[in-house]
Amino acid sequence: MNKVIYSILGPLAAIIIALFIGAIIISLIGKDPVEVYGVLFYGTLGNSYGIGQVLFKATPLIFTGLSVAFAFKAGLFNIGAEGQMIIGGFAAAWTGFTFVTLPWIILIPLTIIAAFVGGALWGFIAGYLKAKYGSHEVINTIMLNFIAAALASYLVNEIYGIPATIHTPEVSGSSFLLRFDAITGLFPGSPFNTSFLAAILCTIIFYFIINRTPFGYQIRTLGLNKNAAEYARMKIKKLVVLSMLISGGIAGIGSINFIFGYKHYYELGFSEGAGYIGIAVALIARNNPFAIIITAFFFGILEYGGLTINTMVPKELVTILQALLIILVITFVRIIDVLKIKFLKSA
Amino acid sequence: MLAVEMIAITKTFAEKVIANNSISLSVKKGEVHAIVGENGAGKSTLMNILYGMYPPDKGKIQINGNEEIINSPARAIQLKIGMVHQHFMLVPPLTVLENIILGSEPEKNLLLDFKKAKERVSQITSSFKIDVNLETKIENLPVGLQQRVEILKLLYRNAEILILDEPTAVLTPQETNELFNTIDFLKSEGKTIILITHKLNEVKAISDTITVLRHGKVVGVTGTENATIESIARLMVGEDKIYEEKKANIREKKLILEVKNVTVLNENSVEAVKDVSFEINSGEILGIAGVEGNGQHELVEAISSIRKPAKGKITLNNAELKEEHNIAHIPADRHRNGIVMDFSVAENLILGREKENLFKKDITIDESKVKTFAEKLVHEYDIRPVDIDIKIKSLSGGNQQKAVVAREITKNSDLIIASHPTRGLDIKAASFVHNALIKESDKGKAVLLVSSDLAELLKLSDRIAVIYNGQINVIFDADKTNEYELGLYMTGSKVKNE
Amino acid sequence: MKRTIILSLILLSALFISCSKKSVQTTESGKLKVGLVFDVGGRGDKSFNDAAYRGLEKAKNELGVDFEYIEPGPGADREAALRQFATRPDIKLIFGIGFIFTDEITKMAQEFPNKDFACVDYTYDQTKTIPPNLLALEFKEDEGCFLVGAIAGLTTKTQAVGFVGGMESPLIKKFEKSYEAGVKYVNPECKVFISYAGVTGDAFKNPGKGKELALGQYSQGADIIFHASGVTGLGVFEAARETKKLAIGVDSDQYNEAPGFILTSMIKSVDVAVFDCIRQEKDGKFNGGKAETFGLNSKGVDYIYNDKNNNLISEGTRKRAEEIRELIIAGKIATFLK
Repeated sequence: MNKVIYSILGPLAAIIIALFIGAIIISLIGKDPVEVYGVLFYGTLGNSYGIGQVLFKATPLIFTGLSVAFAFKAGLFNIGAEGQMIIGGFAAAWTGFTFVTLPWIILIPLTIIAAFVGGALWGFIAGYLKAKYGSHEVINTIMLNFIAAALASYLVNEIYGIPATIHTPEVSGSSFLLRFDAITGLFPGSPFNTSFLAAILCTIIFYFIINRTPFGYQIRTLGLNKNAAEYARMKIKKLVVLSMLISGGIAGIGSINFIFGYKHYYELGFSEGAGYIGIAVALIARNNPFAIIITAFFFGILEYGGLTINTMVPKELVTILQALLIILVITFVRIIDVLKIKFLKSA
Repeated sequence: MLAVEMIAITKTFAEKVIANNSISLSVKKGEVHAIVGENGAGKSTLMNILYGMYPPDKGKIQINGNEEIINSPARAIQLKIGMVHQHFMLVPPLTVLENIILGSEPEKNLLLDFKKAKERVSQITSSFKIDVNLETKIENLPVGLQQRVEILKLLYRNAEILILDEPTAVLTPQETNELFNTIDFLKSEGKTIILITHKLNEVKAISDTITVLRHGKVVGVTGTENATIESIARLMVGEDKIYEEKKANIREKKLILEVKNVTVLNENSVEAVKDVSFEINSGEILGIAGVEGNGQHELVEAISSIRKPAKGKITLNNAELKEEHNIAHIPADRHRNGIVMDFSVAENLILGREKENLFKKDITIDESKVKTFAEKLVHEYDIRPVDIDIKIKSLSGGNQQKAVVAREITKNSDLIIASHPTRGLDIKAASFVHNALIKESDKGKAVLLVSSDLAELLKLSDRIAVIYNGQINVIFDADKTNEYELGLYMTGSKVKNE
Repeated sequence: MKRTIILSLILLSALFISCSKKSVQTTESGKLKVGLVFDVGGRGDKSFNDAAYRGLEKAKNELGVDFEYIEPGPGADREAALRQFATRPDIKLIFGIGFIFTDEITKMAQEFPNKDFACVDYTYDQTKTIPPNLLALEFKEDEGCFLVGAIAGLTTKTQAVGFVGGMESPLIKKFEKSYEAGVKYVNPECKVFISYAGVTGDAFKNPGKGKELALGQYSQGADIIFHASGVTGLGVFEAARETKKLAIGVDSDQYNEAPGFILTSMIKSVDVAVFDCIRQEKDGKFNGGKAETFGLNSKGVDYIYNDKNNNLISEGTRKRAEEIRELIIAGKIATFLK
C-alpha cells in the first residue's frame, strides 16, 4: 500500500514543482501565471467539453505509450511509433474507403486489423534488421519514420488523395467509431470516441501478455538480462522481431482515434508527433501499462491545454512550456525516487 | 612497534547491515598478518576503510603510532599504504612500465620522462627480485604476472604497508608459490603485509599472525604457530557442523555425453576449443581443470547448446545434441547468465523452464503452480530468506547460487553442467552445492564440473581432464593425481605424452 | 509530509478555479470582436499569415474592432481551435487562414449558425453548397504565379530558374505548375528546377531546409528562385543574398527581407480581403454562402513593381509582363501547364 502511495506521490509532486517553474517563466514574459494556469485548468478540466478533448488527445498516446513500453520490456528502444502509426493509419483508412459495402460488424474489426498489420509491418522491418544484421533499432526506426511520412505523402498526393486537399476520401460510414457525445450526451462537441475503449482493452491485453504468458516472461527476461535469456536458450532473435512487430502493431491501432473516431479520412500529419510523445509517456509511466493511461491523460492535458492558452501566450512559449514540463516531470520523478529511498532508509 | 592499529572500527551500510562491529586490529611492523573469515565477514570492508575508500562510522586509526584520518586512497598512499584489489586495476593495452607509473608519472618539461621512470622501476624490480619485462603489454601477461605488476605499482609509490585482497583466488599452485616467495622477500625487506583470504592452508603457510572475523566481529587473534587449520576453521564458521556427502559407487554405467573431435570458435572466430573428445557416463563426475581463458567457457557453451561447434559431434543419450535439449547448466557467472536480478526468487526459479508443462494453464503460466514449486525448492535447498516474492538481488551470493542450483538440477536432464559452481561462496554454501551435485550423480546423472578450484575438483570428480590452450592435455583418475601435478599440466609446463 | 502535499493541492485547485472564472467573464460589451486561426506557419512568416495579421491590425485601427488569434502549435487541431472561438459569446466573426481549414470551417459554420466565418484560400467544391454564414475567400494564385514566372523567364541570364515549395501538397503544386507555365510561355528553352521542403506542415517552417534547397538550385545554374514556402522561404532569401542571385517573394512584398536580391513578389492581398470582410461584418453587411474570388483583374493578386525593384526588372520585361496581364484577364492564356 505504501508503495502505491509513493509511486503516485512522486509524479504528483513532480508536476507541482514543474508547474511552479513554469509559472516563473510565464511571469518572466510579463504574463500573470495564475491567470494563464486558470484558463488552462478551466479549459481542460473545468468543463465537460475540455475533459472530452483531453481524453481524445490522450487516446492515441495510450497506444503509442504502450507501443514504446512493449519494446522497452524487451530491452528495445522503439523510436518508430510515429511511422508505425502512419502506416497503420493509412492501411486502416484504405480498408475503410475501399470496402465500403461491408457491414460495420465486419468492417470495424477489419480496419483495426489493418491498422495493426500496417504498424506491425513497420515494426517488423526494424526488428528484422536488428535481429538479422544487428543494425541498431533506434536508427532503423528513425529512418523508417521518414520513409513512412514520405510514403504516406506520396500515396495521398499522387494516388488516393482528394484534389486540393491533403486527405483521402472519406471512409465508409459503417466503419465510423461512435463518439461519446453522440451515445451519452457527455463531452458535447469533443471527438472523444470509442477508440478509447479499445485503448483500455489494449492495456489489459498488454498486461496479460507481459505478466501472465511464457512469451511475456521471455520478453521481460530479454529486457532485463539478455545474457540470462541466451543461457536459458530463449530464441532471442525471434523475440526481438516479435516484440518489435507487436510494438509496431499497437502504435498502428493508435491511428483509429483520429481516422475513424474524428475526421473519417486519412490526413497527412494526423499523428501530430504522438509517436514521439509516446516515448515520454512510457518513460514516465515506467512501462507500467496502467500508469500509461494516467500519464497519457496528463499529456492530453498538456496537448489540449496548449490550445486553450494559445490566445494568451505566444505559441513558442506553449511549446517551451510543454517540453519543459515533460523534462521536469521526468527529472523530478527520479529525484523524488532518490529522496524516497533515503527517507525509507532513515525511517 | 605497530604499523597499523585500528581501534573499535564500526561501519554500517544502508543503516542496516553492520559490516564491521567494533573491530580492532593490530598489525606489527614487518609481519605478514592474515585476516581470515567467510564471505561477508567484513574483511574487505575493514581493508577498504584502512585504504581510505570509505570512512568508518566510529573508531580510530593509527599508522606507525600517529592517529590519522584516511579519507581517500590518495591519503593512504601518502601514508605509504598500498592495496592490491581482487580485481586488478590495470589498463590492458598499456605496457607494464606505463601501468606502473600511471598516476604518478615523472615529468620533464611537461613531457613524460620515460627514461627516468624506467630507471627507477628497474631498480625496484631488481632489488625486490621481481622478474617481469617492462615493455610487455598487460593484456599479454598471465594473471600471476599481472598481479606482480600490481605489487610493483605499490612499491613504486614507496608503500610500506601492502594490503593484498584474496591474492591467490586466480592463481595456479605454481603462481601461488611464486607469490609467496615474493611476500617472504618483501617481509625480509621490512615491509608489512596484510593478507585477506579464506584459504586456510595458505594462511598457515605464509602468515605470522591471524585475525579471524565472523559476522563483522573479531572472534580470534592468534600467532600462526599456535593454530591449526581445524582450529581456525572452527572460529570462522562457528560451531555449525558441516555435513559432507560421500560419493556412492554406481555399478551400472551407461554413456550419457559423448564429445567427439569438437572444435569451437570464440567471438573473434578464433578456435578456442580444438579437436576435443571425452565421454561422461551416468553417475560420473568429470572435472575440467584449467587456467581461465583456455577454452572452458566455449566448451561449456557448446555442450549446453548455446554455441554451435564448428567441427565435431556432441551426442547426448546417443542422440545428436539439439537446441531443444534443455540441459541443466549452472553457469560460471550467475549475475550475468544465471539470474535476472530484478526478477523475484520465484520468477528466477522458472528461468528457462517457463514453457514446461509443470507451470502451464492454457496459454498462461499458472502462478499458483509456480508458487508451489518455488516454495518447495526454497525449503529443500535452504534458500534464505524464505520469501519467494522478494527480488533475488536482495539475496546473498550464496543463496542466489543455491537458487540457480535448485532450478537447474531439478530439470529433467541426464546431464548437469556446473561451471565454477562455488566461486565466491562461503564454506557452508559451497558444501551445500557440493552435496547437491554428489546426490544428483548418485541418482545416476552425469556431471561436467568446470572449476579453477583444484581442491574442489579433486574432492568431487571421478576423473579430471586438464584443458590447456583449447585442448584436453591429459585426463587423470581423480584419486591418482594431486594439485601440484594438475598445476603443471594447466600451465602447459607438462603435456601429455603421445 | 503527505498532509502538506494534499493541502497545497487543494489550495492550488481553489486558486485555479477562482481565477479561471474571472478570466472567462471579462468581456467588453459593444465592440465587435474577431477571432482568427492561423495556418501552420503562424505569424512571423513575413508572407501569408502576416498579411492576414496586417488586415486584422488595420481593422483594429480603422474600424475599432478587437481581435484574438490562435497559432495552432504542435498537437493542437484546427477544429478544436475554431470551436474555441465559436463557443465564446464575445466573438462574432471567425477566420480560418489557409485551404487546410476548408472541411473544419464548413462543419463549424453548420454547427454554429449564429456566428459568421470566413476562410482564406477555401477550396471550393462545386458539388457542395457553402453555408450561408461562411464566406470563402479565393485567390487566383495561378494568375500571379504565371506572371512572375514570365518575368523570371524573361530576366534569367543562365536559362535556368528554380522553384522551392513548402509542403508538397495540391495547393503548392498549383503554384509550381502555373509558375513553370509562365516561364515556358516566354522562354520555352529555360530549365525549371523544382524542390519541396517536406511532406508535412513543418515544411512551411524550416528556413534551414529552404536555404539548403535554394543553394542546391543556384549551384546547378539557376539565377532566379521563386518560393511558395512560408517561413521556409526566408532561407531561400538567405541563399540569394549569399550567392548574389535573385529570388521572388510570395504573398506579401518581401523586398525588405533581402534588399537588392528580391526580383519581385507575387502578392496576394490577403490583408485587403480580411479587412473588407471585417468591415462588412461591422456594417451588418456580411454576405456569406458564396466564394469571393480575387484575381489579377481586381488586383487581388499581383506582382510588385515599384521604385525599389524597378532597377532589377528591365523596361522590356515590364512591358511584356503588362501585355501578358491583359491576355490573362481576357482569358486568352491558360495559366496551367498541362
